[in-house]
Amino acid sequence: MKLRHGTFSYLPDLTDDEIALQVRYALDHGWPVSVEFTDDPHPRNVYWEMWGLPMFDLTEPDGVLDQINECRATFPHHYVRVLAYDASLGRQTTAMSFLVQRPAVEPGFLLARVEGENRTQRYAVESYATVHPVGSRYS
Amino acid sequence: MTVVEQAENTKGRWDPGVQSYAGMGYWAPDYVVKETDVLAVFRVTPQDGVDPIEAAAAVAGESSTATWTVVWTDRLTANSHYQAKAYRVDEVPGRPGEYFAYIAYDLDLFEEGSIANLTSSIIGNVFGFKPLKALRLEDMRIPVAYTKTFQGPAHGIVMERELLNKYGRPLLGATIKPKLGLSARNYGRVVYEACRGGLDFTKDDENINSQPFMRWRDRFLYCMEGVNRAMAETGEVKGHYLNITAGSMEEMYRRAEFAKELGSVVVMIDLTIGYTAMQSMAYWARENSMLLHLHRAGHSTYTRQKTHGVSFRVIAKWCRLIGVDHLHAGTVVGKLEGDPATTRGFYDTLREDKVAINPENGIFFDQEWASMPGVMPVASGGIHAGQMHQLLDLFGDDVILQFGGGTIGHPLGIAAGAEANRVALEAVVKARNEGRDFLREGPDILRAAAKSCLPLEVALATWGDVTFDYTSTDAPDVVPTVSPSY
Repeated sequence: MKLRHGTFSYLPDLTDDEIALQVRYALDHGWPVSVEFTDDPHPRNVYWEMWGLPMFDLTEPDGVLDQINECRATFPHHYVRVLAYDASLGRQTTAMSFLVQRPAVEPGFLLARVEGENRTQRYAVESYATVHPVGSRYS
Repeated sequence: MTVVEQAENTKGRWDPGVQSYAGMGYWAPDYVVKETDVLAVFRVTPQDGVDPIEAAAAVAGESSTATWTVVWTDRLTANSHYQAKAYRVDEVPGRPGEYFAYIAYDLDLFEEGSIANLTSSIIGNVFGFKPLKALRLEDMRIPVAYTKTFQGPAHGIVMERELLNKYGRPLLGATIKPKLGLSARNYGRVVYEACRGGLDFTKDDENINSQPFMRWRDRFLYCMEGVNRAMAETGEVKGHYLNITAGSMEEMYRRAEFAKELGSVVVMIDLTIGYTAMQSMAYWARENSMLLHLHRAGHSTYTRQKTHGVSFRVIAKWCRLIGVDHLHAGTVVGKLEGDPATTRGFYDTLREDKVAINPENGIFFDQEWASMPGVMPVASGGIHAGQMHQLLDLFGDDVILQFGGGTIGHPLGIAAGAEANRVALEAVVKARNEGRDFLREGPDILRAAAKSCLPLEVALATWGDVTFDYTSTDAPDVVPTVSPSY
């Protein structure tokens, strides 16, 4: 399967030049950018690991691309995403989120079912990758 | 703008009998509006021979303390405090015989946190008042002091995005079609295909409740099967607006509880259930971490015609106070009524924290929302992938674009239809962020994206040129212009 996560997950993977243009859009809006990675891509896993702090006070995308590349080199088989954050009053939330790396093989998710009363079912989405311990998934 | 001259007062205020409304104090041209006043502007069409000032005063009177004759019991109250005051009357540009009447109501006239009470005054008896040919509530200013007595959206735009973990693009949805007749099993199939293909939401239609061909409980079970399977296939949070509209509150709560038990992230209600029922469900939705979708079923019976009824911008304001998370607000380019400027006014009213007076968009007052979260507007009805650049330009990111026919009618199937919409959306958002002139280059951007996405290519070939080009009936009358139907 192909993980659908973030804004551009139905398009061909972004090139570094395309990533730089998206980062430029964020910086032009005054949104600090951050890099996060995970090997637990469950749809409700909100807290991916932070690759350092959000990069406040940057004005050029180059610094972000450097961090993306360092993160990719350190975790070549993880999902890596770029986030932009809008701290303005009334938002104070993530403004952009898109993948910049995905593992070569994505086994996807099991839909586990527990049958309940009156034809109800309890569903659980479980990542096949997470049967292995953290750090040994997707390698 | 012309301010109409003051009507004459010819009689003592407390003389028994019938007295002019203006003379009874409901016309107060020198009144200084208080920050805490509820303000309303009505489009008044007086009967032939009725003075516009007197008509405006009558509207103020009949929507506050007055009855048709002088009553001595008014003198047992601080009467003038409770009287609404018409303070300004303007001729409507280009519409002879119609007037905009501005009326101020003291905050004491209204129960805290009750849209039912507010509306019983403002749009109560007065709309049937004989001296008027027609009456339309055009806009209201809700003071912060009153706004703060309402819960507001159960979650609001920001919290919805965080719950769904989706940022930086419009959300996508589709209404299941045909709206009537599918069995629960077939219905759930459409939910599954549309969600796995790339939509974020699917939706019950307004009149899908619990009919002989499909009972509500069966529908809920099969829809949630589809939603969960789509989540496992994509790794994204998905939802189906389970319509819990029913004939009683007890039954609606029962259906809402079952939706919660099945793990749905969203339930849906229709405007037809009434303001109090909507407000009750908004409390329930916040209590139970459930997004609340509102379908504006029936609104066009009173929002569409210019001279009589209630403008949708007022309904939108009430719905934000009531506390829904989603509200249908028009598409401009689709099949349903929607002048571009008027629709922009609706979207601002739902989403912005401060909405400045803007007569061109039909906004008559500054409205301060005091950090009350925004409502996610929904654009639904006759839109398709080929219009994606126009839709993004019109509405920006905080909107749910719903492609019912444009998903389910796709020649390669429902999942392909959903994928076409998602790819079109992401391609246009990407182009916008890259700084391209995406509105002008839209067709090229879509064609380029279609090169690596067969479903989009087929969608463009099927619907590329479809537009609904009719003149709007509900356009602002700021200056006499004919509004283009975009």
